[in-house]
Amino acid sequence: MNAASVDNVISDDALEARMRALRDDFPALHQEVNGQPLVFLDSAASSQRSNAVIEAMRHYESHDHANVHRGVHTLSHRATDAYEGARERVRQFMNAGSVREIIFTRGTTEAINLVAQTWGVSNLKAGDEVVVTHLEHHANIVPWQMLADRIGIKLVVAPVEENGDVIAERVIECFTDRTRLLAIASVSNALGTILPLETVIPAAKERGITVLVDGAQHAPHAPIDVANLGADFFVFSGHKMTGPTGIGVLWGREALLEAMPPWQGGGDMIETVSFEGTTYNALPYKFEAGTPYIAGAVGLAAAIDYLEGVGMDNVQRYERILLDYLTEQMLAQDDIRIIGTAPKKASVVSFLMDDVHPHDLGTIVDQRGIAVRTGHHCAMPVMSLLEVPGTARASLALYNWREDIDALIDALATVRNLFR
Amino acid sequence: MSVAALYREQVLKHARDPIHFRRVEHAQHVPGNNPLCGDKLDLYVTIDGDTITDVSFHGVGCAISMASASMMSELLSGLDTATAGTLVDEVNAMLAESVDSVVSVNLQDLPIAALGEVRRYPSRVKCATLAWHAMAAALRGDSDPVSTE
Repeated sequence: MNAASVDNVISDDALEARMRALRDDFPALHQEVNGQPLVFLDSAASSQRSNAVIEAMRHYESHDHANVHRGVHTLSHRATDAYEGARERVRQFMNAGSVREIIFTRGTTEAINLVAQTWGVSNLKAGDEVVVTHLEHHANIVPWQMLADRIGIKLVVAPVEENGDVIAERVIECFTDRTRLLAIASVSNALGTILPLETVIPAAKERGITVLVDGAQHAPHAPIDVANLGADFFVFSGHKMTGPTGIGVLWGREALLEAMPPWQGGGDMIETVSFEGTTYNALPYKFEAGTPYIAGAVGLAAAIDYLEGVGMDNVQRYERILLDYLTEQMLAQDDIRIIGTAPKKASVVSFLMDDVHPHDLGTIVDQRGIAVRTGHHCAMPVMSLLEVPGTARASLALYNWREDIDALIDALATVRNLFR
Repeated sequence: MSVAALYREQVLKHARDPIHFRRVEHAQHVPGNNPLCGDKLDLYVTIDGDTITDVSFHGVGCAISMASASMMSELLSGLDTATAGTLVDEVNAMLAESVDSVVSVNLQDLPIAALGEVRRYPSRVKCATLAWHAMAAALRGDSDPVSTE
């Protein structure tokens, strides 16, 4: 914490100089793609891993692997320690009260489905309303639509402004006496919009509405503090925050998790099994049926160590510098339109070039070694709302630098020249 | 090989100013879509006896999908159904093959041969095939929606 307070007083230039060195920790960035140095601007889809993460997973797989929670032998102890140590690391990272509230899942999508299929099915009935926003990722839309089909809940969609912003009052206006859940992103993956959680969560809680936060795009960019956020569930994925794929986290308030029925049945989630009746294990194991992705949890813990070593405040501040630079460079191009210009944004810039379809743009810049995402970004409703077929999206992580942005701007000139 | 070989003037001309880009009433209509890209294409084919009197299309998509559909409209309008069927099969085969394979003699000198370059970009091949899959369906008399997935 001392380091963070010192960092707050260093200049932007000094911070940038320090952050530029992080690039060396990410081996995948040091390669050529199509004969050009790789410029990776697709971290919002999935981020690259640091040597620390790769090495932690390799070490676990090479030395410590056995099944967790059941053997008396040494490797089983080591594996259990590694797995439960990762859980404790996640707890600290999110400022959660107890490891009983930390459920490992395959990722954000599975975490939301878990809540829908357990909390949702046991707490919601026909006519109850679930509020989402128009810019949610499909992972925070479809699980609730499935509940609408299954039990007749109503999905209420809070509006998004033309500039991609979400206005707290307009979300709050969606609350009725039938609203039972607000399921809301912290940061939009498609547009970068930062949502007004600090206003909508207290308003929801005042009305007794349960709140689930999709933190997939929050976790890589800013500190998480569930103790003070006020939400009831917070979910995120490892692979968007420099950790491995296949591992994610569901945090839930202990009382809620305790009252929820188990989801998948199997080993680890039981206390005793007999054909007369089975009793379930305590939290968090009740929701972790079967042998988990132990190396994934180890990798996630290593990613957290790495990010906290850098300092999430520094990450947030540096990405702000890069975002401002990218936005400024984009605005200087007459034929580029940024899609999503909310006042508060994370390091994602969705854009369109006049008369050039995003897929053509994506193919052409890829030939310059530049990775951008093109398409609807698993957020088709907001694309339809903004009347765009999709966008090109440049997303930044802590390991990017200004040269990446310069390379993109330069490649946009190539696209322009080909199409003119 | 530069990406300019794919986005050559011949291709871009069709993309910018597509031929027969219109909706046609009383034609056989095959809706097509590429769910991965969000490309949408409506194909309208008018057949009189054995002759394809008109191929038109409407939709939204990238330069590759628009150029492919436009070149197809130009190529197939006025042909008899058997000849068109052979060309459609050959184009679909060309686009499904590796980039090194030889383009059939029938196609070699046609503008559509330029789209063979798309085979260097595997994620983009479906952009080029959408129109041709829709056309194959139309020739079978099938009006069900066509998808590249």
